[in-house]
Amino acid sequence: MLSKAEVPVAEQATQKPILSVRNLHTWFEIRRLGFFKAGEVKALDGVDFDLYPGEAVSIVGESGCGKSTLAKTILGIHQPTKGEIIFEGKKLSEFTKEDRKEYTAKVGYVQQDPYGAMASFMTVKRILEEPMLIHGIRSPEERNRRIRQVLEEVKLTPVEDFLPKYPHQLSGGQQQRLVIARAMILEPKLLVADEPVSMLDASVRVEILQLLRSLQERHNLAIIYITHDLSTVRYFSERIFVMYGAKIVEQSGTRQLLENPEHPYTKALLEATSDPDAENLKTFKKVPSGEPPSLLNPPPGCRFYARCEFAIHGLCDKQMPPDFETADGKLVRCWLYDPERKQ
Amino acid sequence: MGNSETLLRVKDLKLHYRTARGLVQAVDGVSFELRRGETLAVIGESGCGKSSLAKAILRLLPRNVQTYTGEVWLNGANVMAYNEEKFRQEVRWVQMAMVPQAAMNSLNPVVRIGHQIAEALLVHNKGKMTKAEAMEKAAESFKWVGLPLDFLQRYPFELSGGMRQRAIIAMSLVTEPDLVVLDEPTSALDLSTQANVMNVLKRIKHELGTTFILITHDVGTASELADQVAVMYAGKMVECSPAETFYTNAAHPYSAALMASVPTLRMDKPLSFIPGQPPSLINPPTGCRFAQRCPKRFEMCEKEPPTVELENGQRVQCWLHAAAGEMRDAQ
Repeated sequence: MLSKAEVPVAEQATQKPILSVRNLHTWFEIRRLGFFKAGEVKALDGVDFDLYPGEAVSIVGESGCGKSTLAKTILGIHQPTKGEIIFEGKKLSEFTKEDRKEYTAKVGYVQQDPYGAMASFMTVKRILEEPMLIHGIRSPEERNRRIRQVLEEVKLTPVEDFLPKYPHQLSGGQQQRLVIARAMILEPKLLVADEPVSMLDASVRVEILQLLRSLQERHNLAIIYITHDLSTVRYFSERIFVMYGAKIVEQSGTRQLLENPEHPYTKALLEATSDPDAENLKTFKKVPSGEPPSLLNPPPGCRFYARCEFAIHGLCDKQMPPDFETADGKLVRCWLYDPERKQ
Repeated sequence: MGNSETLLRVKDLKLHYRTARGLVQAVDGVSFELRRGETLAVIGESGCGKSSLAKAILRLLPRNVQTYTGEVWLNGANVMAYNEEKFRQEVRWVQMAMVPQAAMNSLNPVVRIGHQIAEALLVHNKGKMTKAEAMEKAAESFKWVGLPLDFLQRYPFELSGGMRQRAIIAMSLVTEPDLVVLDEPTSALDLSTQANVMNVLKRIKHELGTTFILITHDVGTASELADQVAVMYAGKMVECSPAETFYTNAAHPYSAALMASVPTLRMDKPLSFIPGQPPSLINPPTGCRFAQRCPKRFEMCEKEPPTVELENGQRVQCWLHAAAGEMRDAQ
């Protein structure tokens, strides 16, 4: 049997998490006529997980499930409404100004749209120099050394050819490599990659994923990989978190999840993904009808209740299920896995 | 299927654009045939000319066209020979319709959806159809795509993305065309919505017998609908094969490399990528356009490859499959 994640359980127990997220809520206020409060969009509504050094996790979900809000809250772009983010044992809410600056150096961000993420008037050299200038690396030799090293690592070689170029002179794949290089230049311990390959062509996609994977191994980097595409995670991460309606509904090892999904939503998501196969022509997909709930006033019970074929009336629509642990160590937020109910 | 009548035959279709930097050969001599009731999926990476192919078939051309030649035979008539007015009246939206890319965002926001759909009918049946009849027909098309009938009275903003996409598909079907060209119909949608729309298309294909050309970059989605798969690379159609053989046994080296780069959910397979980049469509290299990146390149590749039809029905543009005689003739 596969152990929980591919990081052995024993190792996980002794290792301290690099990042812990506890009961995290990020709500956005909606105002009417500019100042009357009209409600809140609960984009993150109680998220908990631990991330260990050198581990890659994928966060999978459809648009509007809160996965990008989670990334941005971790990066400090959004302020959490409630809950804590703990990085290397220190709470983000208690950070001083210096702590915060140090944190931004230790956490890299790989954006979805590489061209939009870079200043179009800056050359490659300048783009990579900027973070180092902000973080006070004064010596030009040191900066040049790092630029050279990081460009070689992301395989934008020969380095000399790329330094004077502007982003628009690079192909989509090269632009994404440059964004990764920029995220790596301050030697971070954690990389948050928000849909890093969704705008790229299939043949380039694999190249970028393999690059991220090799950086992870070489630098013992923790990576949070956010995606809507389940088929890429098999090649990338040790663990998967599935998000639906602002909550994580299933946490599990990658292989376990793909081979034996537990939550009804995870099952639906796997069913909806097509592999290239001529047999697909003959069958219809079993997709749950309806749409994800509005996060403006989410329903009280399980967020998937209205679309779920296994829903228990009177329970699922009334009470939000807690995380239940299955025999093989998955965490599933679903009443079907309540051990007391089964007996 | 069983019906082997040829609906569409495209022969040596060319579409070149004029730009400040030179001539872009977006579609450069594409030929294929499509039987009634079948679906052809055209796959390829961005910039390979697959959307231009759709535009060329429907003659929806931008202003900077330099060359537009070839033959498009539909229902036995060469529609390329028609003048613009005849094409508009007799072909477009009558015999063939199109769902353009990101169409769900191009509905008129201030007109009720039912009226927008009926409008297509009224324009193409001038004087022959009353408004009430057109609305009835619009309702029927809503049934095909599985939308509730009261949505005819709604405005586009009241519908979700998946529903708007289905409304657009209903709009393309309302005149009951023989052929519908779908340009990336699901790429802007979520996974489960995507599966829903593919289910709808599949049902329409079975029930109405509509012929589709499905243009997409996603091979997985393409396999939901495709009887034949065509691969485009740098303006050329390098392979056109029956779906059963294509996914497991692509004939062109580019198709094979593309398939090897597609991650799969249910199988473990090593992934690989294609080094290098596709050539610019301004002054593309002579000979095979994939030659520079091709692992199986040999001296013949400098010459324009012939189109070879293999025994299992695969049509491939590659010297590897050419007979010895052809190679000798070329030299």
